[in-house]
Amino acid sequence: MLLVKKIASLLVSLTIVINVFAAHQEEDQRTTDSLAPMENSSPNSEQEVGVEQNGHEEKAFDPNSLIFEHISDSHQWHIWGDHGHDFHIPLPVILYTDKGIEFFSSSRIEHHEDIYQGKHYSYKLEEEHIEIVDPVTGELDEEATQKIKDFSITKNVAQMLISVLVLMLVFTSVAKSYSKQGINSSPKGLQSFMESLIVFVRDDIAKTNISNNPDKYLPFLLTIFFFILINNIFGMIPIGANLTGNIAFTVVMGTITFIVTQFSGTKSYWGHIILPPVPKWLYPIMVPVEIIGIFSKPFALIIRLFANITAGHIIVISLISLIFISKSILTSFVSVPFTLFIDVLECLVAFLQAYIFTMLTALFIGMANEEHHHEHEGAHDHH
Amino acid sequence: MTGSIAAIGAGLAVIGAGIGIGRIGGSAMEAIARQPEAQAKIQTAMIIAAALVEGVALFGVVVALLSK
Repeated sequence: MLLVKKIASLLVSLTIVINVFAAHQEEDQRTTDSLAPMENSSPNSEQEVGVEQNGHEEKAFDPNSLIFEHISDSHQWHIWGDHGHDFHIPLPVILYTDKGIEFFSSSRIEHHEDIYQGKHYSYKLEEEHIEIVDPVTGELDEEATQKIKDFSITKNVAQMLISVLVLMLVFTSVAKSYSKQGINSSPKGLQSFMESLIVFVRDDIAKTNISNNPDKYLPFLLTIFFFILINNIFGMIPIGANLTGNIAFTVVMGTITFIVTQFSGTKSYWGHIILPPVPKWLYPIMVPVEIIGIFSKPFALIIRLFANITAGHIIVISLISLIFISKSILTSFVSVPFTLFIDVLECLVAFLQAYIFTMLTALFIGMANEEHHHEHEGAHDHH
Repeated sequence: MTGSIAAIGAGLAVIGAGIGIGRIGGSAMEAIARQPEAQAKIQTAMIIAAALVEGVALFGVVVALLSK
C-alpha cells in the first residue's frame, strides 16, 4: 500500500513538473505573438513583419526534426534548452583531409551560417555533415568534400568512451576484490551483483550453446553483453547519447560477430555449407541458401538491435511531443503515464536485446564450432 | 504521399508482430496451465521468442523509416 502511494505521488509530481514546463513554453510563444503586430506600421518593416512572422512560424513545434535530432549523432553534446538559448558542450572536430589533419572545436561551425577558415580549407556544417566551402562565396567544393575523412569526437564517440571507462572501472574493481578477499569468501556489494550477471552469461549463454571449449569465447561474449547493455541504459537516461540506435555501431558489432563466427568454423562446418548432406539434385538450391545464411544471420542481429532501441526512443519522444502538439496541459495526464509505461518496457528491452544478441552470437559460434558427430548415416558411409 | 505509404507499410508489419506475439503468449499460457511447475522456463522461452518475432517486425519499421 505504501509502495502504491509512493508511485502515485511520483507520477503526480512528474505530471506537475511537465505541466509547468509546458506552461512556460506557452507563455514564451504568447509573448513573441504580442511583439509581431506592433511592427505593422511602416511599409519598410513589412519585410521585417514577414520575417518576424516567418521566424515565429518556425517556432511552431516540429516533432519530426525533434525526433531525428535526438536519435542522430551530433558534433555537440546538447544538455538542455531550446533553439536560440540552449546549453551544450561543443565537441572537437578532427578531419583528415587530403592536405593534412584539421583539429578545431565544433563551436566554430556551430551555427548554420558559420564558415571556419582552417589550416587547409574552409569548413561549414550542413546537416551534421562537414563540407569544404569557398571562404568568400560559401559555395560547396564537391570533390574536396568527398575526400574528407571525418574522425571527429562526436556525441556517440564520446558516449562510447564514457561507457568503456565505466565498464573498466566496474570490472577492475570487481576483479580486484577477488585478489583482496580470495576466491573462497562470499562476494560483497557490486561484486555480488556483477557475479550473478557474469555467471548467467557463462552458464546460460556460453555453456548451453557452445559445446566445444566455451571458455575460449567467454571474454568475447561477456564484452558484447555488457557493452550493449550499458550503452542501451545510457541511451535511456536524458543526458545520454543514442549509441546502440546508431546503425554504424550495430554494423560494427555484427561484423565482429561475423568474423569471430567464421574464424571459429571447423572443417565440417565449411563442409556442410559447400556440400550439404542432401541429395545432389538439391545442391543448386541448398548451396546458395547456405551461403546467404552465413551473411543473413549477422545482418539480422544488426537490424534487430538497431530497430528495437531506435523504435523505443522514437515512441517515448513522440508521446511527450503529443503534449506540445496539442498545446494543452490536459494531454499530459494521458501522455506521461503512458510514457512511463513505455519507459519501463524499454528497460526490459535494453536487457533483453543485449541477452538476445549475445545468445545468438553464442549459438552461431556453437553451430560453427561443433565437433563433427555421426548424425547422417544415410548420406555418407564413413568419414 | 510516400510518407503515408510508409506509415501503412509500418502498420502492416505491426499486424504481423501482433499476431505472432499473441500466439506465442497464448501457447505459453496453455503450457503453464498444463504444468505450473515449469512456469519459469516457459516464461523465459516466451520472452526470447517474443523478442525474436519483434525483431522481424521491426525490419519492416526500419524499411518504412528509410523510405521516408
